[in-house]
Amino acid sequence: MADASWLREFPEMDRMDLLEIRKTLDTAYREFSRSYGDAIESFFDPLLDFLIWFEQLLINSPWWAVILVVTALVYSATRSWKLSAGVVISFLLIGYFGMWEDTMSTLSIITVCTLMSIVLGIPIGILMARSDRVQTVVTPVLDIMQTMPAFVYLIPVVMLLGIGKIPGLIAVVIYAIPPVIRLTNLGIRLVDPEVMEAATAYGASPMQRLFGVQLPLAMPTIMAGINQTIMMALAMVVIASMIGVKGLGQPVLKSITNQYFTLGLFNGLAIVALAIIFDRVSQAYARRTQRHMKGGRNG
Amino acid sequence: MAEALIRVEGLYKVFGKDPASVMPLVREGRSKDDILAETGHTVGLKNINLKIGKGEIYVIMGLSGSGKSTLIRHFNRLIDPTEGRILIEGVDVMKLSPKELIAFRRYKMSMVFQRFGLMPHRTVLENVGYGLAIQGSDRNSRNDKAKHWLEAVGLAGYGEQYPSQLSGGQQQRVGLARALCTNAEILLMDEAFSALDPLIRSEMQDQLLELQQKLHKTIIFITHDLDEALRLGDRIAILKDGALVQEGAPVDILLHPADDYVAAFVRDVNRARALTVETVMTPAACCINSDSVRDALATLESAGRDYGFYVTQAGYQGTLSRRRLESASGEHIDSQLLEAVSPVSPDALIETVIPDTLETPGPLPVVDKDGQLQGELSRANLVEVLGGGSDRNAA
Repeated sequence: MADASWLREFPEMDRMDLLEIRKTLDTAYREFSRSYGDAIESFFDPLLDFLIWFEQLLINSPWWAVILVVTALVYSATRSWKLSAGVVISFLLIGYFGMWEDTMSTLSIITVCTLMSIVLGIPIGILMARSDRVQTVVTPVLDIMQTMPAFVYLIPVVMLLGIGKIPGLIAVVIYAIPPVIRLTNLGIRLVDPEVMEAATAYGASPMQRLFGVQLPLAMPTIMAGINQTIMMALAMVVIASMIGVKGLGQPVLKSITNQYFTLGLFNGLAIVALAIIFDRVSQAYARRTQRHMKGGRNG
Repeated sequence: MAEALIRVEGLYKVFGKDPASVMPLVREGRSKDDILAETGHTVGLKNINLKIGKGEIYVIMGLSGSGKSTLIRHFNRLIDPTEGRILIEGVDVMKLSPKELIAFRRYKMSMVFQRFGLMPHRTVLENVGYGLAIQGSDRNSRNDKAKHWLEAVGLAGYGEQYPSQLSGGQQQRVGLARALCTNAEILLMDEAFSALDPLIRSEMQDQLLELQQKLHKTIIFITHDLDEALRLGDRIAILKDGALVQEGAPVDILLHPADDYVAAFVRDVNRARALTVETVMTPAACCINSDSVRDALATLESAGRDYGFYVTQAGYQGTLSRRRLESASGEHIDSQLLEAVSPVSPDALIETVIPDTLETPGPLPVVDKDGQLQGELSRANLVEVLGGGSDRNAA
């Protein structure tokens, strides 16, 4: 320690030690994926089956039937002719420019990812809202999920499950689930305490409070979270295509590597069209279910 | 007071991390500020003992921070006490299991909140029926009852609206209807009318009193407004810094404030509107029982009065003056001799009798429903009470 080199250079860890750590962790994880990979894969099998079935359904149905069903769904959710017409036109254009099959693949994986995010995210959000301790544990995890570069967590997922739909789905859900969790938590915490007190004073059980008061009143906020989740899932589709998720992401990836500008633009625009449809429909649906908000002041 | 329906015994509430550790200090009688500075704990309630009778309106009054809202939340255990017992019909509320507590809240008590606490996503009708919905009653009977109570508070036809479409006064009527709809015996009202403007507030007070005459609920009413307390309360408890300062009938509070704190409160009260004739009147100084003019004059003479009340076995007959009697031509008192003085009722508010008192030269007779003379009300009585002498002894 006679020389003061540690003042000029960061006293970093020995290179050999660092290598050792990396080696140990990598080996341990590889061991883990070797011994449990198959079990975990088969755990996801039903989900994979559903995903494939849904994708095939969308692709194999006649194009006009798909447009009809989607438009009917959009209209029943929003009661807006304008929006429904927009959906028809976008889908016709997408089909005309030869992106029908990819769009159907993307639509199917987005739908499944969104459903997964909601099914997992809302209960986690509820737990967070009920307990400050859960909140202090989950919040940093969500921060990591949102800021960690997506490629980093693609690596272990691929190591564990290989390339394919399920790892793609997991990657998309990890990336897209934080908003729905955060906003479910926030929405429930923002419910007027006096309204909660009233429910308790009239003898509402914890379940009656949750389903009769907290969730309905938090619904506008939760819907905003679901909306964000859908947007993030769509954004992730391109990255997920790197690990073999079919859909609009793959042509985009191809056009990056080959510098096909127009191909990239068309597929990019198709993703934008899907995003806008999902966004407007979920927002219009949320507004329509919040009739009581119209009266202005909201006690 | 009727039998005690609710009893509160030695109730303490300390807010903070470890309330039990602070209890010795609280019992030593250290002040709220001292304890807060020393331990970071806030003393909410200090040794509260109350007995609340069945069917009475019991008002708990205090300024903000006095612990009144904390106290009312103990009755249905929205807040748990640090120490003490709350007995309702002899049942210790603290000993109820979670299930029993839920049943207790559903059937025994209902509550009205300062900022209404209505569910914004439910219609007015659904809000009124909320208590019944929680109990699990079926939709039809629930809606029928909800409609009935909505009508009772004067909001028939508003059932399909949402709370945000109603004015503040209407929203609180919905709150009241919701509380009445479960038919619970005990009604907790937490500053129920404080958020309303004065006109609506007094309208709601009237409505509450009117409903109470029919329903005979036990009502615990929280307010920071002494006028409201005096108007509604059968009995009033005054809280200061979490401790009970005085408890009693409105007149007692008004005429015998227990300490300077209560006295300061009472000073600004419109007594003419808070007190009845009964509490101010004095015994009649001069009653004339004989029907002879001569005897009447003699009675007036000996009492040193110019006016006397003519009373027979049938009760109060009229007022006689010395001037008229002296110029009387007959031997006996007849209706010609009586002064044009209208008697006042002992239940009348002083405010309503002020004009008569000022216009009549002599004292006013106070006559009850059965026609019996109860006492007299003179200008001097009024001046004494309305002039602000706070420690006057009521008759």
